[in-house]
Amino acid sequence: MIEFRSVTKRFPDGTSAVSNLDLVIPAHQTTVLVGSSGCGKTTILRMINRMVDATSGTIEIDGDDVATLEPVRLRRRIGYVMQNTGLLPHRRVLENIVTVPRLNGMPKAEATELGLRLMDTVGLDRGLARRYPSQLSGGQQQRVGVARGLAVDPNILLMDEPFGAVDPIVRAELQTELMRLQVTLGKTVVFVTHDIDEAFLLGDQVVILQQHAVVAQRGTPGEILAHPASGFVSDFIGAERGKRALRIVETNGSRVVVDADGRPAGVLVDGKNGS
Amino acid sequence: MTLFAEAIAWIFSPERLLGGNPVSQRIGEHLRYTLIALAVSALIAVPVGYLIGHSGKGREVAVSLAGAARALPSLGLLTILTLVFGIGQAPVAATVVFVVLGVPSVLAGAYAGIEAVDRNVVDAARAMGMTEWQILVRVEAPLGLPLLIGGLRSAALQILATAVLAAYVGLGGLGIYIQRGIALRTYDEMLGGAILIVALALVVDAVFALLERLAVPAGVSGRTKRPSPFRRRALTPATAIEGAG
Repeated sequence: MIEFRSVTKRFPDGTSAVSNLDLVIPAHQTTVLVGSSGCGKTTILRMINRMVDATSGTIEIDGDDVATLEPVRLRRRIGYVMQNTGLLPHRRVLENIVTVPRLNGMPKAEATELGLRLMDTVGLDRGLARRYPSQLSGGQQQRVGVARGLAVDPNILLMDEPFGAVDPIVRAELQTELMRLQVTLGKTVVFVTHDIDEAFLLGDQVVILQQHAVVAQRGTPGEILAHPASGFVSDFIGAERGKRALRIVETNGSRVVVDADGRPAGVLVDGKNGS
Repeated sequence: MTLFAEAIAWIFSPERLLGGNPVSQRIGEHLRYTLIALAVSALIAVPVGYLIGHSGKGREVAVSLAGAARALPSLGLLTILTLVFGIGQAPVAATVVFVVLGVPSVLAGAYAGIEAVDRNVVDAARAMGMTEWQILVRVEAPLGLPLLIGGLRSAALQILATAVLAAYVGLGGLGIYIQRGIALRTYDEMLGGAILIVALALVVDAVFALLERLAVPAGVSGRTKRPSPFRRRALTPATAIEGAG
């Protein structure tokens, strides 16, 4: 469990990214922080592994205040996946994946074995092991990034808009893959995105943020959709627009669900097999 | 043109190859001064440049000091230092002059190399838990190596060109022919010496150009050091489709 207690971050130039944040991120679940650019969601993420230090307040991981932990050791036990992959361009795929285990002194043979297994885990062909990142597609690079994030088998996986730079089809694939992985791995995933659909798809818990990382609403996707806490939230999730604002229309005795533009989205069946 | 012909004839005269003032010995001296000065420049400038590049601090100070060093007239500095150190210490004075000349280029190459590394890559390395030293040694230094070698290359050429001055304080090198040529009005010798220096500079430049190419890490900008079977595979349509996932 990760807990933020009245955390504030002001940058040296005076801008305040996060003000007085209280937030609990439960273990073994996916928490998605969602908000528009500049709302401080990445800053929240980066405070967990001390890439950014809080100006005031405390952040605890399982009861340990991160401010008391040595940053390098803290970061080595937290997986981090970022938007532009950040892969080392001069290292091969396999070397990239096992960078941290190697830094921790894992013997080369063991690391190679681990790296190949991780490639299987994230759905990468082992034949790509000796390629360089520049020789991979964007989706493949991102899979390498995820494999690298998992390399030390961390309890916590931080993901900063990891699928933001790939095309929609690949993004959908990666999202499905992440959900499949999460079922077996059960990591504490903190995922940052500005895409509300992605947030609702991946999040067990979704945290909608306003400017200065003020929590507009926190809950399961269902709770948020059913009861948007404010005009900001319902606006942000598009509750009154497009494919979210569904209504039922009777046609020849059967009930069709249509979206805001009147396009049919499906038919209404008896709820038993629904979920 | 006859002057050129005479200069070439002078270079290839038996006297130059075997006599009391042979070209090989002068080239050796010239290269030795250049390499020593280059090594000392690198010892000073590479750590400082890496520190500046990695921390992002002190860049302005370094740039202005380097500019000032470049502006120093080498002959004047050599004369003063030789007088200050004493004529017996002329090699030291000459080395100092050449180092002053070499440091700015090496410094610029070192910090520019580090600064040119994608900040995302450095950020990711730090977020993974690399120490600052590991980031410098394993990420920034290898990726910045081509620019560092570029800096060494221009330093080497400047030192090589200026090492002509060594002859003025009795240290030999290829400058001796130019100096003698001026004094004795033997233009074939003067021009011959100049041609040798130019030729040596071209050779040294070519060597560094090669090093610069070799220093580009495999995997960067689509180049690999060795032809790799994987790379060829990557270009076939079948693997491109298979790879799209």
